[in-house]
Amino acid sequence: MAKIIDDETMENVCILAKLSLSGQEREKAKADMQKMLDYVEKLDELDTSGVVPLSHIFGNANVFREDVVTNGDESVAMLKNAPKAKDGQYQVPKTIG
Amino acid sequence: MKQYETVIGLEVHVELATRTKIFCGCSTAFGGAPNTHTCPVCTGMPGSLPVLNKKVVEFALKAGLATNCSINQYCKFDRKNYFYPDNPQNYQISQLYLPICHDGWVEIQTSAGKKKIRIHEMHMEEDAGKLIHDEWEDCSLVDYNRSGVPLIEIVSEPDMRSAEEVIAYLEKLRCTMQYLGVSDCKLQEGSMRADVNLSIRQVGSDTFGTRTEMKNLNSFKAIARAIEGERERQIELLEMGRPVVQETRRWDDNKESSHAMRSKEDAKDYRYFPDPDLPPIHISDQWIQDTKAQLPEFREEKQQRYQKEYGLPAYDAEILTESRHLADLFEETATLSGNPKKTANWFMGEVLRLVKEKGMEPEKVHFGAKHLADLLDMVEKKQVSAQNAKRVFEKVFDQDIDPVVYIEEKGLKIVEDTGLLKSTVTRILDENPEPLAQLLEGKDKVMGYFVGLIMKELKGKANPAGVREALADEISKRK
Repeated sequence: MAKIIDDETMENVCILAKLSLSGQEREKAKADMQKMLDYVEKLDELDTSGVVPLSHIFGNANVFREDVVTNGDESVAMLKNAPKAKDGQYQVPKTIG
Repeated sequence: MKQYETVIGLEVHVELATRTKIFCGCSTAFGGAPNTHTCPVCTGMPGSLPVLNKKVVEFALKAGLATNCSINQYCKFDRKNYFYPDNPQNYQISQLYLPICHDGWVEIQTSAGKKKIRIHEMHMEEDAGKLIHDEWEDCSLVDYNRSGVPLIEIVSEPDMRSAEEVIAYLEKLRCTMQYLGVSDCKLQEGSMRADVNLSIRQVGSDTFGTRTEMKNLNSFKAIARAIEGERERQIELLEMGRPVVQETRRWDDNKESSHAMRSKEDAKDYRYFPDPDLPPIHISDQWIQDTKAQLPEFREEKQQRYQKEYGLPAYDAEILTESRHLADLFEETATLSGNPKKTANWFMGEVLRLVKEKGMEPEKVHFGAKHLADLLDMVEKKQVSAQNAKRVFEKVFDQDIDPVVYIEEKGLKIVEDTGLLKSTVTRILDENPEPLAQLLEGKDKVMGYFVGLIMKELKGKANPAGVREALADEISKRK
């Protein structure tokens, strides 16, 4: 039996995802999330006792780059992506460190 | 009153001294103008692909082997999710499930003797950007130059019991990392950062109390004060019958107090999962063996060898090995001069004095060992006075001049020319008839006066004993 998505779980997920949902939206999301868990629960029907846990989807390993500087100063181009910029820096709402 | 024991574990972040960032070819150089060392990868642009810097793995492996860790020969990166503007990807690439190193230890030395501090694990991760507050517009400004700079986080077991042990542990880590050349570990510049996990319990208890985590500790002194302050705060709470709350606290070294940053209500929930963009790392037995073979001689081994091989006192061996760079320079000079004891004295006296006076990093000292060895040789052969040698050495230290040439050019070489010495003695005596008369009457004090005059005339190139001898010789003729 899949985990039940209750109101407390919804509350926590909203905090973590920084989402504020209306009552109706929340109920809809709750039902959707429950459906997802139920869908994945199907896998429990398989006997995986002899299967080595998969820790990564890739079969390859050790993809490296050498420690050589390849990038120059692209700050002007980079800052074009910023909604707001000031003094060569990204301007964001006030945050406390 | 009850007796309390402080239980401390440390999370130490060490910035690795690579040229480029962990997942892109941006420079890690310190102090560039804001955002001049950034690219789509380290600013988390959609569709950018991180590629691991091999040097980061090599450095982490060295650090792990040097601290007696076991290596996870199959390791990988995970995403640690959180929202904060210093982190443009909304996740930090780190290692949770299979960190590169685990279960190590280092030995520390305190006034109570030697003690092993266990290392729980060591993992590779990326640094975040820097936020500054803008008073004018009441907003924050972000510089991503540090975003993606490689770090290793070293997590200890809760094995420390005092500020003294904590500082000994940090000094041990710093020295080890510097000897390995994997980091310069400067607390003030943030290339070494320590978070202190602290709890207290009654002496004799074998369960742990509730711990707090303290951040923002950027000097050994601040760490010592923060530990003392937090210990007292927790004891006070318990004595009043109130619980210690598990939380993250920020230390304010000016106020010498801490305040809560995050409380348990929004306790960490980072929803870690494997990073699908980065293939796993396989560290072969051969790779480990090769890295082990490259490990340098560490400080303790050097100290032992200096005492045994050079016959130096333990104290000298300790001082001389504090910086690996200076230790290497000392060894090279000692070999060239063939006189380790004299070389050691010169390092302990002159070299370290100049380093201190100039407020230099020991790593920045760069005179040639041959030049100091040559100068020591001239002192030994009494070709230059001790006083002049010190002055010449300042030039060697600053500009790496050739002391032999310099001493010759500046006429500082001690006069072996007895003709010049004799003629100077004769002339000075003739020019000062009154003191000469006193001397001839038997006033021996005047002798020193003449030695001074002659030395001055010869600009210190003569050795005082020689002058005295020539003077006595001349006087006896005139009596």
